[in-house]
Amino acid sequence: MSQELAARHGAWSDTPQPLALLLQILAVAEADVRKVLHDPWELFSRMLQPVLWLVIFAPVFSRTRVIPTGGLRYIDFMAPGVLAQSVMFGAIFYGISIIWERDQGILQKFLVSPAPRVALVAGRALSSTFRGVAQTIVVYIVALVMRVALQFEPWRIAGVVFSVMLGAATFSTLSLVAACIVRSRDRFVGVGQMMTMPLFLASNAIYPLSMMPQWLRVVARVNPLSYQVDLLRGLMVQGGHTVLGFEMDVAVQVLWLAVLMAIATKLYPRIVV
Amino acid sequence: MSYSGRVGHHRIESAIQTIELTRRYDSLVAVNHLDFSAPAGSIFGLLGPNGAGKSTLVKMLTTLLPPSSGTALVSGFDVVRRPSDVRRNIGYVAQMISADGDLTGYENLLISAKLYGIRGKEREARIAGALDFMNLIEAAGKRVKQYSGGMIRRLEIAQSMLHRPAVLFLDEPTIGLDPVAKRSVWEHIRELRDQFGTTILMTTHDMEEADVLCDQVAIMYQGRIVSIGKPAELKANAGPEATLNDVFILSTGAAMLDGEVRGGSLRDVARTRRTARRME
Repeated sequence: MSQELAARHGAWSDTPQPLALLLQILAVAEADVRKVLHDPWELFSRMLQPVLWLVIFAPVFSRTRVIPTGGLRYIDFMAPGVLAQSVMFGAIFYGISIIWERDQGILQKFLVSPAPRVALVAGRALSSTFRGVAQTIVVYIVALVMRVALQFEPWRIAGVVFSVMLGAATFSTLSLVAACIVRSRDRFVGVGQMMTMPLFLASNAIYPLSMMPQWLRVVARVNPLSYQVDLLRGLMVQGGHTVLGFEMDVAVQVLWLAVLMAIATKLYPRIVV
Repeated sequence: MSYSGRVGHHRIESAIQTIELTRRYDSLVAVNHLDFSAPAGSIFGLLGPNGAGKSTLVKMLTTLLPPSSGTALVSGFDVVRRPSDVRRNIGYVAQMISADGDLTGYENLLISAKLYGIRGKEREARIAGALDFMNLIEAAGKRVKQYSGGMIRRLEIAQSMLHRPAVLFLDEPTIGLDPVAKRSVWEHIRELRDQFGTTILMTTHDMEEADVLCDQVAIMYQGRIVSIGKPAELKANAGPEATLNDVFILSTGAAMLDGEVRGGSLRDVARTRRTARRME
């Protein structure tokens, strides 16, 4: 009994803070990953969109031969864009699960735990990177079937995985921010749709920045999806190269992620009020 | 009531003490300048109809909701100034179902243990102990969506006790449960008090539950505590053969039938019904 009392106040007191934070982030992510593994249907249901883009849109569009792809076949130009958008579409609806868990009462349990808010937000971002990587495998399979000129050097694969993780974390955190603001599932569905298409069309996913009218190019240069696509284009396909530069692509995305994380951490407790 | 400004953890008589604790929602005062304390090691029942302010009070005590004014000490820590110390020392089971239906019972406990920094052999031992204590060993590998309402509640209480909190908050723990499951939950709540010395603050609108289970009862009505004491004392003061229901009528001038005195916002009522339905 006295040992029980001693242990009672031991929650995290014997652990260095950075390690405690990391373990808490992992615990939040683990809950979500275990759910996906119990019911992977969601991952399969996401296969359809990239298939449509690569099997229908790319072959038809490539016949026009008007898009300056920098010497790439159109399908090779577009494959990184399809991967980026499919990860983005998946991540952007991630916030709805937070609202759902709030309605269930699951979220409250996390909020009364000693885990700091930033761990709860970062844990969610981390679990969405798991989904993003699973999606990447699907897109690679479809791309192989469609004979996209993929590159398989290990450093490039590692780069693609890193890039997808960064993108998934950024857009899932954006989604979390939106969820904390709208706070209801019905409203969120509308907001999610409102975010996806503009982010997608105002990016270099299916046409290059150089083709855009000036005003759109400005928007696209702020849009984190453009940097995601640019980075993937430099890594994924033969003859591909970044327009904006690897460092710039990573730096802008990291900056977006940091800003969104800070906002989400601030807003997160409000979701249960 | 004077507030000495005491911070830090001390061995204290009161596990919970509120100081002019108040919460407003626009024009509505959900919790109105509340001053009360709950003795350590007791089962303290907050009794009142829907909309009385019980859940708002619990949310403030568990740091989910900031007070509009005033504060409270929970296990010796100020909920406004030291919320993370409060969180380290409390457990909370929401009125809604907080166990994750898509995970197994074991996984629910595992994630909680990890969030609270319980590691290695100690973690496995506590999870095994919790499953045993709550009679859930056989169901541990099943997903929680297949559990009955009583099993879910027992799992949630086990989850909230893994880190051996000094104070445990239970918001309507038996709502929607059949009489057998309800009694089993009561039994487990008593055992927590007796085995671990946990202070338990629970809300209820069930007169029998307050009478049979609670060491202390506070009757809450329109954001205030209108009556507080041991159930037997409250009844004795109300007159010979009085029930807690009579105490309630005497204190408020209103009758409480089935938990509903006029009032209780639509949202409260809808949530209560939803939880009750899912517990069936």
